[in-house]
Amino acid sequence: MFDFLDCVADLKGKEVKRAALNELVECVGSTRGVLIEPVYPDIIRMISVNIFRTLPPSENPEFDPEEDEPNLEPSWPHLQLVYEFFLRFLESPDFQPSVAKRYVDQKFVLMLLELFDSEDPREREYLKTILHRVYGKFLGLRAYIRKQCSHIFLRFIYELEHFNGVAELLEILGSIINGFALPLKTEHKQFLVRVLIPLHSVKSLSVFHAQLAYCVVQFLEKDATLTEHVIRGLLKYWPKTCTQKEVMFLGEMEEILDVIEPSQFVKIQEPLFKQVARCVSSPHFQVAERALYFWNNEYILSLIEDNCHTVLPAVFGTLYQVSKEHWNQTIVSLIYNVLKTFMEMNGKLFDELTASYKLEKQHAGASEPSYPLHPPIILPSTSSREQQKAQERQELWQGLEELRLRRLQGTQGAKEAPLQRLTPQVATGGGQS
Amino acid sequence: MAGVAGTRMGQGAAGGDGDDSLYPIAVLIDELRNEDVQLRLNSIKKLSTIALALGVERTRTELLPFLTDTIYDEDEVLLALAEQLGNFTGLVGGPDFAHCLLPPLESLATVEETVVRDKAVESLRQISQEHTPVALEAHFVPLVKRLASGDWFTSRTSACGLFSVCYPRASNAVKAEIRQHFRSLCSDDTPMVRRAAASKLGEFAKVLELDSVKSEIVPLFTNLASDEQDSVRLLAVEACVNIAQLLSEDDLEALVMPTLGQAAEDKSWRVRYMVADKFSELQKAVGPKITLNDLIPAFQNLLKDCEAEVRAAAAHKVKELCENLPMEGRETIIMNQILPYIKELVSDTNQHVKSALASVIMGLSTILGKGNTIEHLLPLFLAQLKDECPEVRLNIISNLDCVNEVIGIRQLSQSLLPAIVELAEDAKWRVRLAIIEYMPLLAGQLGVEFFDEKLNSLCMAWLVDHVYAIREAATNGLVKLVQKFGKEWAQNTIVPKVLVMANDPNYLHRMTTLFCINALSEACGQEITTKQMLPVVLKMARDQVANVRFNVAKSLQKIGPVLDTNALQEEVKPVLQKLGQDEDVDVKYFAQEAISVLALA
Repeated sequence: MFDFLDCVADLKGKEVKRAALNELVECVGSTRGVLIEPVYPDIIRMISVNIFRTLPPSENPEFDPEEDEPNLEPSWPHLQLVYEFFLRFLESPDFQPSVAKRYVDQKFVLMLLELFDSEDPREREYLKTILHRVYGKFLGLRAYIRKQCSHIFLRFIYELEHFNGVAELLEILGSIINGFALPLKTEHKQFLVRVLIPLHSVKSLSVFHAQLAYCVVQFLEKDATLTEHVIRGLLKYWPKTCTQKEVMFLGEMEEILDVIEPSQFVKIQEPLFKQVARCVSSPHFQVAERALYFWNNEYILSLIEDNCHTVLPAVFGTLYQVSKEHWNQTIVSLIYNVLKTFMEMNGKLFDELTASYKLEKQHAGASEPSYPLHPPIILPSTSSREQQKAQERQELWQGLEELRLRRLQGTQGAKEAPLQRLTPQVATGGGQS
Repeated sequence: MAGVAGTRMGQGAAGGDGDDSLYPIAVLIDELRNEDVQLRLNSIKKLSTIALALGVERTRTELLPFLTDTIYDEDEVLLALAEQLGNFTGLVGGPDFAHCLLPPLESLATVEETVVRDKAVESLRQISQEHTPVALEAHFVPLVKRLASGDWFTSRTSACGLFSVCYPRASNAVKAEIRQHFRSLCSDDTPMVRRAAASKLGEFAKVLELDSVKSEIVPLFTNLASDEQDSVRLLAVEACVNIAQLLSEDDLEALVMPTLGQAAEDKSWRVRYMVADKFSELQKAVGPKITLNDLIPAFQNLLKDCEAEVRAAAAHKVKELCENLPMEGRETIIMNQILPYIKELVSDTNQHVKSALASVIMGLSTILGKGNTIEHLLPLFLAQLKDECPEVRLNIISNLDCVNEVIGIRQLSQSLLPAIVELAEDAKWRVRLAIIEYMPLLAGQLGVEFFDEKLNSLCMAWLVDHVYAIREAATNGLVKLVQKFGKEWAQNTIVPKVLVMANDPNYLHRMTTLFCINALSEACGQEITTKQMLPVVLKMARDQVANVRFNVAKSLQKIGPVLDTNALQEEVKPVLQKLGQDEDVDVKYFAQEAISVLALA
């Protein structure tokens, strides 16, 4: 082991080691018959000694993988050769997993997985290929690797929010999922629902979203009955403030809809399109635009058409209103296109919805005459019916409050009149109007 | 007790019969199910109102089952629910019925979201105290056992936090079971659960019988401290503090110290960091003898650890460690066993290490006394005052008061000055800001002569700094200086210089004059304000920049109370009236405001 932080220390020694490693790489890559049984323990020991180390503390505690330059591993000139050697060793035609499995054990794999937290993307790239080979060649370690991966993810989601190798691990898992046998085991389904779906809630989603979405879609292609679970999960974790993430969610949703079976679509169409409608009314034009692109997708369009009696009412009010109020002209014209599609799809339904929307609007207008003109904030449409409900709600809470006060006095007796504010608190339930 | 509660309940129910029909549970449940999350959240937050309106019996038989059955909601709603239920005992009929709250909380303790789970555990811990011993064994302990053997890690993690609250009041047989469950969680397959168990190990040890601590907790501690994951091992270090407090010195030496020694040399820096970070607590827990034998050598290693993070954490603890050594022999130990390592750290390659040391090193002077400080520490202070990293210098300067008490600051003043000057002119405005804040303190310690001679010009230079925050801080600093050195000093040294700036070509500097006057008028008193400051302010009312003019109005409002009626009527009023007719709206506004506040209308 050489000190690479001090770049001038022991240059000669470093050069000797580099040359030796180079030779090893050459040898294992090109010569046949050198991987005899007695060298396995030495090879694995050499690899372990060189690559397994506690990763140093990050120099930048608020390291943002998107913005900041990663800290590169100073000992890479040696480390790279060790990784290269390890990889060629695993890929050599002479390599015998049955011999190697005595040395490549669970502990070895665990330490290998811990290295995925390395800040150096070059190191993670090697680790990714190596772990993939290990997974392919050591059948006995497969379940263990999957379990440890899910532990890493769970810790990442619920404890640390920091692990550099999430994208790489997901990439490996993507191809692992691809190879799952049917029917899927409960263990695998649980992994999807309890690990992959919650992974969507992590702040740094953008770093690994492509790989994550790939994994999710792989699962759905294997077993369509999981669709409802997945979509409800995504709706649960739908970003509330981060528009960048919202765009990613919409992208993933479209990928899912691309492979969805019509029988599954029916199960989730209502909550899904309510969310899509919320996105269309987002003041952030990229979110609205991304949601409206759904209507450019032939397959999604055909699904909507088949179920227009449910989908249209779910989105119509919002679309209609946004078409009048959105600040961005591109969005407005996109919505017009969508409305036009609806009209062509089912003219009768379209007319009915327009009429009932206008009617509600009128009612709302009657009880609330002056609509604010300038602030282009898109409010949920307030119909007279909703206002009446809000009113009822307020009365309910007031009544409850009074009842509560009476109860309090009743139980405490007359001996000590409690100092309660008698003015009923303005019911928070009515805050909507 | 139960009878009393019963009658009360009956009365309540009878009194509210008519109302109850008005509010069938269905309506309330409708509210709790509303489509709008915000409305659901509001309803949950008023859950106690609902419960009171329903009365204890219907709360138990209708509301709680509903809540238990429908726990599938937004985490935000669940969090509010978990919190509410912790204070619900009275609303279900008192301690005898506290167990009715367990089912919904049990479900909440198994959800995925950590904050919800933690809140549910917190509420469960609260409610456990309200259970009678019988109810505790009949209802609470079985819940803990169910959670502890749940199939997903979330419930087992939650269980870890509940053992210590039910153990003390359980019978011996149940106690044995509880210990058994805790033991198995400590070797759980999932690292998340082991971490949760490790983090509660200390708390659990505290409620156990001494024998069990020795026979059960210590082996668990040893195992966790050698876990395959460093995130578990480091939590064992934390537990060590609690365990060490419980054991006798001999037991400690035999049972705990070997493990702790290993932790201090762990291959993962995170574990070593934890040892360094918890050092003072560990030191107090193990007592003086073991500290000398085992901890000091470990500390020396931490101070020269290969990872800067660890060295910095250890450096932070230097002062506390020395303070807590037994008086007898303290000086020798520090001089021989600690100081040599500190000397090394002064020239460490990492600035965080140096800066951590600089923040505590001055504290050693009171412990070591005058002679040692001058001979051994002073050279270190001086070296740090010349450090290339401004933070190091700043940390030394900000702790000067400790040294001042022991050897007086004069010893340092020759080196201090260049350090202060350099910081005062540092390119980073945050550094300049930090040194400004210490200026009044320094001035107090160095004395008025030294200040006038060397530092006064710095303070004046800050008033024309190009960063507003610096000018502002410098202005406030002047007030503290005047409070320290007195009015006369202000009149001779500061006020003339401030007033000169009123003629500066840069309007920002002219405004600084006004800000200084605002700040200083009260400290300087009526005479100086009236005679020296007021004429300048009044003259500035004719400034061509509107910002200056409306600040004149603001200044007049500010210094008005310090002036006498005569000056107000004769001098201030006409000027404000004139400004009240200004062409600029802001000037007009502030002039009118001043007129009305000073009652000059």
